[in-house]
Amino acid sequence: MSEAANLREYVTAEIGGELIGMPILRVQDVFIPEGPTRVPLAPPEIAGVLNLRGRIVTLVDMRRRLGLSGGSDKSSLAIGVELRGESYGLLIDAIGEVLKLDEDAREPNPVNLDPRLARVSTGIHRLNDRLLLVLDVDRVLDIGSASMAA
Amino acid sequence: MDDLLREFVTETNESLDVVDVELVRFEREPANATIINNVFRLVHTIKGTCGFLGLPRLEALAHAAEALMGRFRDGVPATTDAVTLILASIDRIKQILESLENEQREPAGADDDLISGLTHMAASLDPKKQQAAPPQQSVGTLVEQVLERPLLPGEDSLDDLERAFRATPVEAPQRRVKSPLADAAKDDAERNGNQSIRVSVDTLEKLMTMVSELVLTRNQLLEIGRRHEESEFKTPLQRLSNVTAELQEGVMKTRMQPIGNAWQKLPRIVRDLSQELGKHIDLEMQGAETELDRQVLDLIKDPLTHMLRNSADHGLETPQERRAAGKPERGRIRLCAWHEGGFIVIQIADDGRGLNTERIKAKALAQGLVTEAELDKLTEQQIHKFIFAPGFSTAAEVTSISGRGVGMDVVRTNIDQIGGTIDVRSVPGVGVSFTVKIPLTLAIVSALIVEAAGDRYAIPQLAVIELVRAHGGSEHRIERIKDTAVLRLRDKLLPVARLSRLLGIAPAASENVEQGFIVVTQVGAQTFGIVVDAVFHTEEIVVKPMSSKLRHIALFCGNTILGDGSVIMIIDPNGIAQALGTTAAAQLQLQAAAAADAEASASAEQATSLLLFRAGSTQPKAVPLSLVTRLEEVDARKIELSNGRHMIQYRGQLMPLVRMDTNVNVRSEGAQPLLVFSDGTRSMALVVDEIVDIVEDRLDIEVAGGVDGLLGSAIVKGQATEIVDIGHFLPIAFEDWFRRKEQAAAPRRRAVLLVDDSPFFRNMLAPVLQAAGFDVTTAGSGAEALAHVDGGGAADIVITDIEMPEMDGFALTQALRKHPRGAELPVIGLSSIVSPEAIARGREVGFHDYVAKFDRQGLIAALKEQSEFGRAA
Repeated sequence: MSEAANLREYVTAEIGGELIGMPILRVQDVFIPEGPTRVPLAPPEIAGVLNLRGRIVTLVDMRRRLGLSGGSDKSSLAIGVELRGESYGLLIDAIGEVLKLDEDAREPNPVNLDPRLARVSTGIHRLNDRLLLVLDVDRVLDIGSASMAA
Repeated sequence: MDDLLREFVTETNESLDVVDVELVRFEREPANATIINNVFRLVHTIKGTCGFLGLPRLEALAHAAEALMGRFRDGVPATTDAVTLILASIDRIKQILESLENEQREPAGADDDLISGLTHMAASLDPKKQQAAPPQQSVGTLVEQVLERPLLPGEDSLDDLERAFRATPVEAPQRRVKSPLADAAKDDAERNGNQSIRVSVDTLEKLMTMVSELVLTRNQLLEIGRRHEESEFKTPLQRLSNVTAELQEGVMKTRMQPIGNAWQKLPRIVRDLSQELGKHIDLEMQGAETELDRQVLDLIKDPLTHMLRNSADHGLETPQERRAAGKPERGRIRLCAWHEGGFIVIQIADDGRGLNTERIKAKALAQGLVTEAELDKLTEQQIHKFIFAPGFSTAAEVTSISGRGVGMDVVRTNIDQIGGTIDVRSVPGVGVSFTVKIPLTLAIVSALIVEAAGDRYAIPQLAVIELVRAHGGSEHRIERIKDTAVLRLRDKLLPVARLSRLLGIAPAASENVEQGFIVVTQVGAQTFGIVVDAVFHTEEIVVKPMSSKLRHIALFCGNTILGDGSVIMIIDPNGIAQALGTTAAAQLQLQAAAAADAEASASAEQATSLLLFRAGSTQPKAVPLSLVTRLEEVDARKIELSNGRHMIQYRGQLMPLVRMDTNVNVRSEGAQPLLVFSDGTRSMALVVDEIVDIVEDRLDIEVAGGVDGLLGSAIVKGQATEIVDIGHFLPIAFEDWFRRKEQAAAPRRRAVLLVDDSPFFRNMLAPVLQAAGFDVTTAGSGAEALAHVDGGGAADIVITDIEMPEMDGFALTQALRKHPRGAELPVIGLSSIVSPEAIARGREVGFHDYVAKFDRQGLIAALKEQSEFGRAA
């Protein structure tokens, strides 16, 4: 099923001290979230909404989403992704480089991985000096689906 | 072929609508040749096109109808029978067209019944027989012509045609009446008509979205332009701004349609109704050219038709009754439309008998919408508004007693949905008029921009009635019943809530309601005040749907981008109304209570909102709605089984699912309805089979339950219903549900003495209070409570119901004050009566607080405050 070369490109980012990667094809852009509006009564993972070139973008607090707490400074960047015609911005601490990684080298999540990470991750890549958590964008955005159904 | 056929169907349908209207008009003005000529031409076109497209059935029918109409054109007076027959043929044509559209071909079947009727009628109306000496101006010879196939039903032989052609006067005398000028004008109109093109609605919608974006961008540019003084951009920016405004207007115009389009079918409906009912009805229509957005137009078509039927069926009397009442025999229904601000107002008025107030009263009483004591206090107009109450009447019942108001609740719901309002006025014997006010468009709305807790929000202008600034000394006073603030506006009491608090973002310090502006808002029959920190201005905003992750928030109906580029939420007044918990009935109760003296309302038994559902058995179960946090329907595949217990991810947490008993199955696919109960940060859900209804009913538990989890049984809406004890299920979900709270609470648990004569409320409130960390002792009467205090029983706070037999809450408090152990006890009054008199009386006897009976959160907050107070003292 995978491509011939079996290489995949990931956009990497720092969130709360962790290194995460997202398939580059899912990433629309990276932007600085300016003047977000908070949304009262929203699920805690939703950091607010903002206007990005005339579109309303929903910001996701990735630290909260992933249950990470490290790093106290405010997230200054967002990765723009789309799901079913809607735009989302995933708040990150810093953007990393784009990595080309061998799909075969991806390892499954360790069984003792924090369930909040495990439910959005599709595996781990071992880099030279640290681990890269591969995120599944759809699962990351599966927020509050129980309440959505109503 | 497909395109051709589709275009034919669309065009023919439109023509037929015109034919409908014109024929009805012609029936009333038989001398008007223009009308019949118009109709004739349309039907003729249809016939011709059918022949071209090879649709024999349609062609035959159209031909027969045309033949009969030809008689009218020849000056034969139109009889009702003939018109009915033609209308029936047109209906048949429409049916055929419909299946043509769906199946791409004519349906099988024959129309001999109609065709023979039409031909027969045409023959009997032959002008030659009617007129003594028809002018025979035939010159020349008849040429022998042969048709190479048998005649289709309804077809005339060529000879007949030839004869008719020759027999027809060269120019009908009526036609001469017309001035050449009018002819020219008509030709012009026709030529213009041909200059229009058909554009799909999707294209227009897309265009509209694009223009909306452009408007927003323009606004942003203007905002930037204002900040920078350099004038280099000023001129082109101004031009851009003007062009954008014109473009917006132009695109809006393409979406606009005259309301007459929604009225087109009405004359026909009225005609048919008058035939059916044996009434003479004139339909007057004014302002048909008033334009509104087609989206809105589509949404009001059905309600309008419904209201018109109502007026004809129930509003107007029979000719005999009218004569007896000294009215003209012909009843009149008037439809008017006009623009008013950003709205369109539509009025439907009849000159019939008016609403039957007595019958509405009886019905409202029977349905338990209101009590007799309250009814006496209501004005006639308030009573009439009951016809909009949900489920107020069903068609069958009402028609048989010839009442009024069939399905008006449905009409009202439809109109509410598009942010409109409806009002009714009725004068006995003179008539009823309904006034509907709806926004011109839904895509761009006028909104009031307000501020709450530092953020801006938009409130749709349509819902806003007025802005009030309340000061302590002004006539618009805010009365406070502890947590519940009410605004005394003229002679009404309005519930008032701070927007920031509803949104859950209020810093506790800014709770001062007196400091803000009150946006008086109306939704349907409910009026309430939203307190905001500041009011900026009114702005035309482009409504954008909420992100799917945020759509569940009932308080918002969308968001928008302001001129400065920031995104703000649009407040949904319906959601606010729900959050305030003021149902229409509660509102009436409030008004009635405000007007009533204390005794009268004390006798009014309160109704409880109950949520009816089914779980495990077919017998309905109920739980007080005030205890339920949310109703959810979740995808059953999301339900996880962990350690033998069902769980679901809910708002970022795992929420345990609890079954009522083993008969309830947790579904494995499809939608699973849940009742969610939350307390602080914890939630549990009760798995149910089906959520049935929400009803307002008096709760008398008749059979105490011996089963765990049931408080007992009660009759709800005439059916035995099991009342569920939620307190039983909370510990099942979290074993430490109550214990956890204990730890969080004060080292020494405060003792609460709960006094209520209703065992149900004692049973319902006790677990809630326990969960909040209090030790609860209950007493069923004032005397019992006094005995408890007298006997040295633990009590740090007393919560008492006010309406109790023998010794009421006021008397109990007075008695406590005289008691050596009770003099310092904080007392919280619980009541559904929210009248200024009751509040004043409560203060007088020494209530520390006064909480509405169903305000669980308010009660706990008041308890917390009073127990803090007790500890500090």
